[in-house]
Amino acid sequence: MTHPTHGIRIEGLRKRYGEGDTAVDALKDVNMQVAPGEVVGLIGPSGSGKSTLLKCLGAVIEPTAGRMILGEQTIYDNGWTLPDLRALRRDRIGFVFQAPYLIPFLNVTDNVALLPMLAGQKNAVARARARELLAALDVAHRAEAQPSELSGGEQQRVAIARALANQPPVILADEPTAPLDSERALAVMRILNQMAAQYRTAIIVVTHDEKIIPTFRRIYHIRDGKTHEEAGEGRAIDLAPAHA
Amino acid sequence: MISLAGRDILHAWSRFVLTGMGLGLLIGVTLSMAGIYRGMVDDAGALLDNSGADLWVVQKDTQGPYAESSSLRDDVVHSVRGMPGVARAANVTYFTMQVARGALDVRAMVVGFEPGLPGAPGALVAGRRITRSHYEAVADVKTGFAVGDTLRIRRHDYTVVGLTRRTVSSGGDPMVFIPLKDAQEAQFLKDNDAIVNERARSAANPAFNRPGIPGLLDAITDSQSSNHNVNAVLVQIAPGLDAEAVAEPIRRWKHLTVFTRAQMEEILVAKLIATSARQIGMFLVILAVVSAAIVAFIIYTMTLGKIREIAVLKLIGTRNRTIAGMILQQALGLGLIGFMVGKTAATLWAPIFPKYVLLLPGDALRGFVVVMAICALASLMAIRAALKVDPAAAIGG
Repeated sequence: MTHPTHGIRIEGLRKRYGEGDTAVDALKDVNMQVAPGEVVGLIGPSGSGKSTLLKCLGAVIEPTAGRMILGEQTIYDNGWTLPDLRALRRDRIGFVFQAPYLIPFLNVTDNVALLPMLAGQKNAVARARARELLAALDVAHRAEAQPSELSGGEQQRVAIARALANQPPVILADEPTAPLDSERALAVMRILNQMAAQYRTAIIVVTHDEKIIPTFRRIYHIRDGKTHEEAGEGRAIDLAPAHA
Repeated sequence: MISLAGRDILHAWSRFVLTGMGLGLLIGVTLSMAGIYRGMVDDAGALLDNSGADLWVVQKDTQGPYAESSSLRDDVVHSVRGMPGVARAANVTYFTMQVARGALDVRAMVVGFEPGLPGAPGALVAGRRITRSHYEAVADVKTGFAVGDTLRIRRHDYTVVGLTRRTVSSGGDPMVFIPLKDAQEAQFLKDNDAIVNERARSAANPAFNRPGIPGLLDAITDSQSSNHNVNAVLVQIAPGLDAEAVAEPIRRWKHLTVFTRAQMEEILVAKLIATSARQIGMFLVILAVVSAAIVAFIIYTMTLGKIREIAVLKLIGTRNRTIAGMILQQALGLGLIGFMVGKTAATLWAPIFPKYVLLLPGDALRGFVVVMAICALASLMAIRAALKVDPAAAIGG
């Protein structure tokens, strides 16, 4: 597989809910750029617009104006440029949620292989890809287990493998460490950094988890619907295989 | 692509199977209700088959002898035998009563017949045919009598000398066959006390007891203690003749009502058991609605329990038709399990029913199609709920 050469770039993104006197501008002027292989933090207080931005980036809701370029393709330019947003989410955007949200009736391999299968790959090819990712995330030994048989950390690693399954240019991680203790939270960040580097994927981590904020080299603060970039501490993270 | 529905079913198979079994018992009841109706129709057919008749000659302007009462003089049979196209004709009586069996009694249709003629019992499964003129009986096995048992009809005891099978009335009551003369006496004659009282009344009646007319009172008394009525004359027509062509002259010249086999079937099925059929039909409709409601509720509840997973599936790009297909397949799977359990249950408990339950393969096939259609319809509500799930629900905030 070829690695993406571009991450994601957002220019002047705006999102307004409602109309007239009741209109609310959730996003006013969002500008972001994340390079392939980079992990950036998106931080802001409750109600600042984090979730709205995540939903816009995830092509779940439509922004009001602005521009989004994913990889080498403009996907939004004051309107969606692609007719099939479902295929866009499936093939070009990876999602990691606060809870793993694995499909409980599929085993670990099929949870990961589901995305390539949905994209039309043959079952054997999709499962081979899943096993490769599970090995990279050090959960290959649980390949046939059911999600309910995994620890929380193992489930989160499987969820990360699922997000990487179709090798998307960008992964959106929504509070991926919120329920974890410091050690496990750092382990997840270590894995995300590893995967970003290994698969040249841009990863945006939405968080207000103080434990992991020091791990970002770049942070976007969002406040009142506007983003402000600042350099993070970028504390060195050991990229050696870790066990969450 | 893997089967999401199949995996979900396997994941929670015990809950799924238990739910399917519950539904299956309901389907079993539905199939049994259909079987009861089929049994009634088959009983009617068996009644006509066992009579061995091609034509039923009954009292004029009645629909006897099964749907209405009919009374004919027993010498009518002689004139019927003389009609063109009639091969054999025989008197027959039918009446339903509680036949004493020891301290208990059993409901049965008592048939008075003439040995060797239409109306006689068919093949025996035990014992022998009636050879004496009086006080012997052949009973259907469903009466519970065995060869050698004694049964009581009115004032007389009868010895069971043979057993038949599937000889039932249109109401499903098993038959007891006795000689015609005994049956006429049992059906039409009064008890001893009533006869004595009737004689006293006649003797006290100056119109009957006239000194100037000797023998009048005796003649009237004799007529009160003898009976020459039957319910019908069963006719077998000569081979190759059209039943209606034989029936028409009897109607015209003998002033009697005559039914062909097709007309008698119409009376039994369309009229005699029509109310029961409508009753069963109402039950079937109610059971179908209840089954649909249960399937809809179960599938809807199961779907609501997976809202978060469905949101995730939609977010990661699963097509709506894949999700709808998953729910539809689960509903059909539930229906399949339910149908198999229901068919098995109905087959197992059908012989226990007191009346004949006939489970036809065609009905089972139709039932299967209806169950699947109901399950598919019942899944629509759940599919609608699933398709309304916003993929954004998977993203917090």
